Amino acid sequence: MLKVNDINVYYGSIHAVKGISFDVNKGEIVTLIGANGAGKSTILNSVAGLLKTRTGSIEFEGQSILGTAPHLIVSKGLAMCPEGRRIFLQMSVEENLEMGGYTRKNQEAEQSLINVYDRFPRLKERRKQQAGTLSGGEQQMLAIGRALMSRPSLLMLDEPSMGLAPILVDQIFAIIKELNESGTTILLVEQNARMALSVADRGYVLETGRIVSSASASVLLNDDAVRKAYLGG
Amino acid sequence: MDFIAYLISGISLGSVYAIIALGYTMVYGIAKMLNFAHGDVIMIGGYVSFVATANLDLPPAVSIMIAVAVCTTLGIVIEKLAYKPLRAAPSLAVLITAIGVSYFLQNAALLIWSSNPKSYTSLFKFEPLKLLDGELTIASVTIVTVITGVIVMTTLSLIINKTKIGKAMRAVSEDKDAAQLMGIGVNKTITITFAIGSGLAAIAGVLLASAYPILTPTMGAMPGIKAFTAAVFGGIGSIPGAMLGGILLGVIEILGRAYISTQLSDAIVFSVLIIVLLVKPTGLLGKKISEKV
Repeated sequence: MLKVNDINVYYGSIHAVKGISFDVNKGEIVTLIGANGAGKSTILNSVAGLLKTRTGSIEFEGQSILGTAPHLIVSKGLAMCPEGRRIFLQMSVEENLEMGGYTRKNQEAEQSLINVYDRFPRLKERRKQQAGTLSGGEQQMLAIGRALMSRPSLLMLDEPSMGLAPILVDQIFAIIKELNESGTTILLVEQNARMALSVADRGYVLETGRIVSSASASVLLNDDAVRKAYLGG
Repeated sequence: MDFIAYLISGISLGSVYAIIALGYTMVYGIAKMLNFAHGDVIMIGGYVSFVATANLDLPPAVSIMIAVAVCTTLGIVIEKLAYKPLRAAPSLAVLITAIGVSYFLQNAALLIWSSNPKSYTSLFKFEPLKLLDGELTIASVTIVTVITGVIVMTTLSLIINKTKIGKAMRAVSEDKDAAQLMGIGVNKTITITFAIGSGLAAIAGVLLASAYPILTPTMGAMPGIKAFTAAVFGGIGSIPGAMLGGILLGVIEILGRAYISTQLSDAIVFSVLIIVLLVKPTGLLGKKISEKV
């Protein structure tokens, strides 16, 4: 579904992503794990089109999306829920969701809205409220709901558990699992490697812009080096 | 009675400032730039409607429509040619470019219409309104200006708050990257913003020229600066702020001129701005971010 081949991304003269290749197959949850600064978010931003990729190729559903403007990538069925949620704080909950469905025709967007409200009844209760007044957990739900509004076939989630209380983290991961079971393919970036590997099918481990290992999630969970570095022993 | 008359003309002048300030504030909110050429688009609007009525003998309504069409196109062209290539440039470069565009428009007007002032015949020729046995007279242009102001502000508020494109504009102004991730084309949104702002500038140009019927190539500069002040006064980036700031500024200016000093009226206006900014640096309705983590 998504095929990333040998991409290099630079911030000015800093070589942030060094020749990374990975792929995501239909129906999977794939996770990229690694320490802060390993290049995880950079990779997602490159796939979403927000960052320029100097070399390599990115293919989505067999089509190259390298160099495509971010707003056009969304309408191809690839949505991203960015790091730090980035919801529109001064707009209402419902307006945020409407923006998520921007690429959809009105009727389709209305149906998406019903689906998202079914999944997140909490958002429906607060639909008229300004998004900035939501709690952290609710904001994350809104960010995910907003990304779902475009009905993506592949959803990229960047640090969805960041800054949330443990009980909310469990809730968010349960939602991710559910989304996947209902047919959405997921590419997940997380610092909480244990949680990420517990829901994922496969994982890639990143270190300073390189992939150092890749395997099925259960193998990585039991890998000594991974346990030491990312799972607390 | 005098006070009421002054107040009404203050509101009228303020409506013009508000219409101009909306252009400044919308462009600032979305493109994060100060478009100092905005005042000169007003001037072009004035001249175009002058040519349409005085030279081509077209009816007032048509001349207004032509002015709006020309300025809207001009706004889009300016954005495409001058500002779009600088999207990633430092804001100082954009600011200097805007000043350059401002001089370019003034000099283009100088070439086309020469430096001789043109006398503009008001498009609104109906009788002034006489109230209270003739004690209070309201000029036709004042009435038209206030009504236009109300219509423009209501329509714009509806567009911004209720329509898909209006909401997209708010989304872009709050977070450009996140808006792109929603599938919103940022360039298209910026173009539309410039188009709306410049169309409003044309309307302001017609109203201004009808109230102060002398056209010169630099006529847009002072109202432009005042309206920019109004936008900052109300909180730059805020649409209700631009409306409130514009109207207050007009009222302060006219009352200051009537009761304090004609010469000092501009100084009074800018002093009020300074005081407001000292007390509330984000302006009267400036955005405060309520963020919960």
